[in-house]
Amino acid sequence: MTDLLEKVLSRALVYSTPLLWGTLGEIYAERSGVMNLGVEGMMMIGAFAGFAVAHITGDPGLGVLVAAAAGGLTAFIHAFLTITMRANQVVSGLALGMFGLGLANLLGRGWEGYSLRCPLPNIPSIPGLSNIPIIGSIVFQDQSIITYIGILLAVLLWLLLYKTKLGLIIRSVGESPDCADALGINVFLVRYLCVIWGGILAGVAGGFLSVVYRPAWTPGMSAGMGWIALALTIFAAWNPLNAIGGALFFGTLFCLAYALQPRMTPEFLKMIPYASTILVLTIVGFGKLKERLGAPRALGVPYKRE
Amino acid sequence: MKRWGPAIVEKTSTPSRARVLLVSIFSLVPPLLIMAFIFWVYGMNPWHTYAVIFRNIVATSWGWTEITRRAIPLLLCGVGLVIAFRAQFWNIGAEGQLLAGAVAAAGVALFSRIPAPWLIPAMFAAGFLAGALVAIGPALLKAILGVNDIISTLMLNYILAYIVDWLIHGPWRGASMRGFGYTDMLPEAAWLPLIPGTRIHWVTLVIGVVGVMAASLILNRTCFGYELQVVGRSREAARYAGINFLKITLGVAVLSGGLAGVAGVGEAAGIHFRLTPPQDISMGYGFTAIIVAWLARGSPVGILLSAFFFGLIYTVGDLLKAAMGMPFEIVDLFRGLVLFFVVGSEIMMYYRIHWGQIAKEEQRG
Repeated sequence: MTDLLEKVLSRALVYSTPLLWGTLGEIYAERSGVMNLGVEGMMMIGAFAGFAVAHITGDPGLGVLVAAAAGGLTAFIHAFLTITMRANQVVSGLALGMFGLGLANLLGRGWEGYSLRCPLPNIPSIPGLSNIPIIGSIVFQDQSIITYIGILLAVLLWLLLYKTKLGLIIRSVGESPDCADALGINVFLVRYLCVIWGGILAGVAGGFLSVVYRPAWTPGMSAGMGWIALALTIFAAWNPLNAIGGALFFGTLFCLAYALQPRMTPEFLKMIPYASTILVLTIVGFGKLKERLGAPRALGVPYKRE
Repeated sequence: MKRWGPAIVEKTSTPSRARVLLVSIFSLVPPLLIMAFIFWVYGMNPWHTYAVIFRNIVATSWGWTEITRRAIPLLLCGVGLVIAFRAQFWNIGAEGQLLAGAVAAAGVALFSRIPAPWLIPAMFAAGFLAGALVAIGPALLKAILGVNDIISTLMLNYILAYIVDWLIHGPWRGASMRGFGYTDMLPEAAWLPLIPGTRIHWVTLVIGVVGVMAASLILNRTCFGYELQVVGRSREAARYAGINFLKITLGVAVLSGGLAGVAGVGEAAGIHFRLTPPQDISMGYGFTAIIVAWLARGSPVGILLSAFFFGLIYTVGDLLKAAMGMPFEIVDLFRGLVLFFVVGSEIMMYYRIHWGQIAKEEQRG
């Protein structure tokens, strides 16, 4: 019984990694006031870029780096449209999502199911720590370095956002851009950087999928994780630390679907992550009735200097 | 008014109809150019490709019937979405609502014992209801709990696709289909009449065109239409005016979901005549309809034009796949590109640039 639980939680940690990276990026973008609905598209482009580079060069680490760059580049397009051209953020993000999905699937034609010869290997076990009963075998055995970096990054990003001046600048740009502007902060630059940073992290999430998790190319392999990351951003109340718990929760849900497979209709199991997303947002909604779980006040509103 | 070198940029708050049309058409040019580039990358001569497209689609009657039948679901979903977007109800779930309508139609056709002349109307009613019901959930969640409508409607797309998967492989699996994922063919009484020689199920098309006119009527001449536009412009102003946000949100959800459901009935009973795997039924129509709605910029003629334009794109995708081996994903790519440029070009509708002579005069005066 505990053996099964350990296996499930161990896999849950794996599933939670791309969700965490995607959510962290989106948290920063939204904290600066820009909604980026194109996370799914950036993940797919990152997944393809990572796969292609890892396949061609044989270096999976390089693949992940290029995936990050590809995600950032794609986010730059969104940033340009929404910040400079002041386009509607929802529609621009959707366009990006569709475009990214289409481009990645188009470029990946012919490589479906192709397994990467040299995926990024997991760290088999961390000496010492993996001997801790129960937790040791879940967290410190057979996980990817990207998982560990992700969790560390979440803590660092939390510190940055809440305990440093830069974090204060970012938050002020998202809450009240005109005040920030009056104080001499370059609102446009902060927003650009945050959106691109969000794209970079989403790219890593995608790269993780194609280079580590399932080292192969499958069309549409992000399976809606980008959209779930958007929900997680709300669920985490735009707080990077909460994102860890949220990502783990959803990682467990994805995992349960596979663990329960022999007992339940497969299609209903596959619905679980998506139905849970709605459920989770509903619960958050109930919570909001009591207290202001505030989104950044200027979220979704293009900034204009009058 | 701002100086930009030799020009003066002036902002107009309400662009003229002509300006909107012009900007919209111009925003289609860069995507076409980028597609030409992609053709070239794939080793095809862009001019030759566009010529083939012209000769085989635009210049033939077959081409136009295909364009029309592709435009039908886009028209229906597009109309619904124009209404929803005006109220800032971001219904991204048209894909799922379409599937719900298809399921309802197939269910009524296969399992109810409604006699022949009433069967098709019953299917349409069921389809509308199913689509509306699917959309009501997110609407309620948004109005009462503030749940983000983009995510909730989007998640339902996935859920409904899996429901269809379950039905065609499980309880509704066709006995005659030898284990493939389809239901039985719908009884002939349930088949939508087609224009002879084409695949156009004209009943749905008529509903679509009527829908466009009705939408224009609703938006411009009814109290509901006025209220939903106020909600879309400023929720606070609507609240101050005493407009019932729940009523408006539910209303636009029912309309946009119901119309998408009707589109699903059309696809299930007019094109496939059974329930097939979800991606073959919905074919991305629900997502494309978002672009149709946005490109139309709220004008009924615009919806017709952009629905037919994207019908053309789908037909081109078919042709390119069959004749030149280009993957159908190219349609998705083009779709995303068009939306990019449409969205990016909006800013040009609101600003006018005065060049040279006038700028100098302004400077002097």
